[in-house]
Amino acid sequence: MERRSWFLKSSALFGFIFLYAPIISLIIYSFNASKLVTVWGGWSLKWYSSLFQNDEIMTAAVLSFKIATISATLAAILGTMAGFVLSRMGSFRGKTMLGGWVTAPLVMPDVITGLSLLLLFVAMESIFGWPAGRGEVTIIIAHTTFCLAYVAVVVQSRLSSMDETLEEAAMDLGAKPGVLFFLITLPLIAPAIISGWLLSFTLSLDDLVIASFVSGPGNSTLPMVIFSKVRLGVTPEVNALATLMILAVSVAVIAAIVIMRRQTKFQSP
Amino acid sequence: MSDFTPPQGLPSKGKPSRLVRLWTRLRTINMGRSAVITIPSLWLGIFFFIPFLVVFKISLSESAIAIPPYTAMFAWNPEDAYLTIKASFSNYLFLFQNDFYLDAYLSSIRIAAVSTFFTLIIGFPIAYMIARSKPTMRTLLLSLVILPFWTSFLLRVYAWIALLKKNGVINEFLMSSGLIDHPLIMLQTNFSVYLGIVYTYLPFMILPLYTTLEKMDITLLEASEDLGAKPYQTFFLVTLPLAVPGIVAGCLLVFIPAVGEFVIPSLLGGSNTLMIGRVLWDEFFLNRDWPMASAVAIVMLVLLVGPIMFMRSRSKREEV
Repeated sequence: MERRSWFLKSSALFGFIFLYAPIISLIIYSFNASKLVTVWGGWSLKWYSSLFQNDEIMTAAVLSFKIATISATLAAILGTMAGFVLSRMGSFRGKTMLGGWVTAPLVMPDVITGLSLLLLFVAMESIFGWPAGRGEVTIIIAHTTFCLAYVAVVVQSRLSSMDETLEEAAMDLGAKPGVLFFLITLPLIAPAIISGWLLSFTLSLDDLVIASFVSGPGNSTLPMVIFSKVRLGVTPEVNALATLMILAVSVAVIAAIVIMRRQTKFQSP
Repeated sequence: MSDFTPPQGLPSKGKPSRLVRLWTRLRTINMGRSAVITIPSLWLGIFFFIPFLVVFKISLSESAIAIPPYTAMFAWNPEDAYLTIKASFSNYLFLFQNDFYLDAYLSSIRIAAVSTFFTLIIGFPIAYMIARSKPTMRTLLLSLVILPFWTSFLLRVYAWIALLKKNGVINEFLMSSGLIDHPLIMLQTNFSVYLGIVYTYLPFMILPLYTTLEKMDITLLEASEDLGAKPYQTFFLVTLPLAVPGIVAGCLLVFIPAVGEFVIPSLLGGSNTLMIGRVLWDEFFLNRDWPMASAVAIVMLVLLVGPIMFMRSRSKREEV
């Protein structure tokens, strides 16, 4: 027994080192004064200042944040509807199909999603004249579509683990469906919707492949700029950018965990 | 029938009866209900399902120097009122007769399968340890697994370049410690692609494994031990069979997207790392052959439909 737990602990420790070593080395080298990755030239913040002076990266960052905010919000609304429909509305025609459409985008390779959406937009443009050209709007539609699936799955699992007595009680007391949803169900699934929104936001901010397919000229998102720089080799500015993004995400995730824990404490008697 | 009295509740005078009010209410419920069902279905239908039909249609056309760069499938001639439909399977023929594409599909499947296996080997002990640790510790460890998943996928792949390079961190460390004389070539090999896939997809393996292992009845393990089973026997005869749902879910979540992976082979792989996602990308962006790229996508989709349906049926069974 003793030996087995030792084996488990060391292999799990190895796993965690594996998960974190690249991230930590990225953070350390973002403070390296030398341009060469392996030569340590002392601590410096110069890559951060050159990052903020890089117009290409800054413009792309603003565009990416805008797209991520809009698509995450649209995905949260549509995904909540889809998750709710799948777990609380009983059976209806097309339920299996909708269920499939919600699960498939989670594993669909990005190259297929990107290509198929681009070809759809091109076909739509030639038939209806909309969307005229490609850019922000088409990226937002594409991101909303695959983020919607994530929100739907999170909301659906929250709803199915939640017991229905509160909703039934409200119904027995005469609440109309709309009132029931907004006063009872929505507050209960709010944590799931918030984490779905955050997940969508990071996924949209991170997407390279789909955005490359559906964006137009002059509409490079942050991952597209990073990718074109990284292809040429390691660039210290990207290290600085990565460190800032990792920091922001860590703060957000830790805050989310603390909030969720407080909520569950409050809910459990 | 002169003594016919209207049933109670039917509209008699000015005030609408209870039944009528119920009816109107039911109708509004139905309208709201169908709106809530229709909106997300319509969105996914238009932007997720129909695109596949468009891809299939374009895979049957031929590349042309035009905008958009493919031949039209339907041609309407107003003079003699004939609708000409032109569909060609030449892209598929080319695809199946050319070893290049077949090799790309096979090598993608092989790379995805090997990486999935290693993800399982590395992920299982972590998931097991988290499931068996104290509840307070469990939240912390689980967050540690999820945290990298939230940080940028592209940047996490990029981080490996600095580690694996010829004069990168790992080689410098091994050389200075005297373990090796010459730097190891790790970047731009199939090894670095395996590593990249295992690394980025590890959380997708650990989470479903953890969910199954956490639900497992620990008394079964104790019973097995009491009955004299050695630890490895308990593991292979009790733990592993009970963990099968998690193993299958985790493997599918890693395998399916890994087959079509583009970022990892193009950043960490060499020029001889053949993966179908990269072939599709080059076909589209370098050769600008949209019909060929569509045909590549359709064949990939056909390969993946089986595993996706299997995953869907399993997740449905678990819901029930």
